[in-house]
Amino acid sequence: MDGLDHVMRLPDRLRPDPALGLLAPALLALAVFFLYPAISLIWRSFTEPSLGLAQYGDLLGDGVTLGVLARTLWVSALVSVVTLIIAYPYAYLMTTTGPRVRAVLVALALLPFWLSLMARTFAWVVLLQRGGPISWLLEQFGLHDVTLVGTLPGVVIGMVQVLLPFMVLPLYSTMQGIDRRLVTAARSLGAGPATTFRTVVLPLSMPGVVAGLSLVFVVALGFYVTPVLLGSPQNALIAQLIGIKVEQLRDFPAAGAMAVLMLVATAVVLAAATRMVRLGDMFGGAR
Amino acid sequence: MERDINRPATWLWVWAAATALLLLAPTLVVVPLSFAGEASFVMPPKSWSLRWYEEFFTNPRWRDALSASLRVALLTTVTATALGTAAAYGLARLRGRAAALLSGLLLSPLIMPQIVTAVAVLAVYLRWQLNGTMAGFVAAHTMLAMPYVVVTVRAALSDYDRSLDLAASSLGAGPWTRFRTVTLPLLARGIVSGAVFAFVISLDDVVIALYLQTPLLRTLPVQMYDSITVDVDPTIAAAATLILAVTTAVLLLPSLIRSKKLKKVSVP
Repeated sequence: MDGLDHVMRLPDRLRPDPALGLLAPALLALAVFFLYPAISLIWRSFTEPSLGLAQYGDLLGDGVTLGVLARTLWVSALVSVVTLIIAYPYAYLMTTTGPRVRAVLVALALLPFWLSLMARTFAWVVLLQRGGPISWLLEQFGLHDVTLVGTLPGVVIGMVQVLLPFMVLPLYSTMQGIDRRLVTAARSLGAGPATTFRTVVLPLSMPGVVAGLSLVFVVALGFYVTPVLLGSPQNALIAQLIGIKVEQLRDFPAAGAMAVLMLVATAVVLAAATRMVRLGDMFGGAR
Repeated sequence: MERDINRPATWLWVWAAATALLLLAPTLVVVPLSFAGEASFVMPPKSWSLRWYEEFFTNPRWRDALSASLRVALLTTVTATALGTAAAYGLARLRGRAAALLSGLLLSPLIMPQIVTAVAVLAVYLRWQLNGTMAGFVAAHTMLAMPYVVVTVRAALSDYDRSLDLAASSLGAGPWTRFRTVTLPLLARGIVSGAVFAFVISLDDVVIALYLQTPLLRTLPVQMYDSITVDVDPTIAAAATLILAVTTAVLLLPSLIRSKKLKKVSVP
């Protein structure tokens, strides 16, 4: 009788684990439609046209890929720092205001997720185009004929806006955990606002800073649509180069080799960040 | 003390307002542009009309793209929610290293840059002749969407009281009855959130769709992409505004369900 299942249970190791039956369909689908394609792409970068590192030698020696990889790392780093500078005061304000204002600030921070990726990118094409709102704005400050579409600054602006939530949320969840009484104590002991910030708030918010920086950096490394539409092939990023290899040349082994370079860069950054903060804080912290 | 030291400084408010403007900027462009009268991306528009909405619903290219997107997204929602919910349920029964390894595997599509996934999937689909097929699209989107279902259902399961299962079975309920009458109602919120995520992720995907598309099967984001790169077509603004409206409605769904009286089933 099924109702006595829990009373008369067999020793655990004699029963087939029902968990595996529940996991099997998802794992099977994952193996066929994600893991196999990914592993096969990487495998081909080492085996085609012949077994060895020829693909990697070609990439590193072609005078383009290394430059593009360096540019990608530089743009991702720049985007992370700019995002941090914009998001830090914003997240700090979120922790010091009342619940109603905070709800509005959270909703605004999540806006980039709300608008679809294509809609957002389209909006930045319009905003940054020749004679568009941003160039009009810059003209008011005496900067004439600034076209940002097709340039790296344009790409950075678009990426910063899209990635702001990835910075605001970890920062906010860390700062929220700071005991406000510490701030009050520091002030009552005679520390000015700047000193209080430097000696109390800033050190305690460091885990959020590291988490936000590494999250934004890693996501930025893989950006494709934004650099394609806001940038140009002349200053391509690594994701664009992968796309070009496949679209124009159907050169999957070369694309695989570039993907490996990109994944190695991602792994290095994640490993460095994990040493500084527990990975769990990074993803589980933002609620 | 002349003022509350915990009160934020004025410059913080100015900074936050500027940041809010940056966050809002794309929305402030897309919505007005969708009502523009002229066939260009000039901002602000010089005249107003509904022609781009008319174009969106009457031009076969946009209509076909919309219907392809909706079919792919609905099928993806079904497969991702079914697979993801079962997997999350299975994961909750595992402990230790096996659980960590398998959950890492299930979430791995989130970490992979989408361009790499797109290229990798295209390479095998060319061999399997799946590119441009509905099944191929749905399978690829399911991989993107399933991690979100696993995460939301696992979160719901972490609040789930296992002794309710014991109580139900001691009262004579079989596994299926137990799942249907106890587990499912308690997990409904997590499952619905996961399903909503799956739908939105599929509807929003452009990178994978760009690589798997064929003239016979193009989704809405691909059509939007072409309307920027190939032809300057403001219909994209109308499409974007409509998607914004639909996404808002769909994302608010779980909180509407929450406010209904699901709480009455939960035990203190």
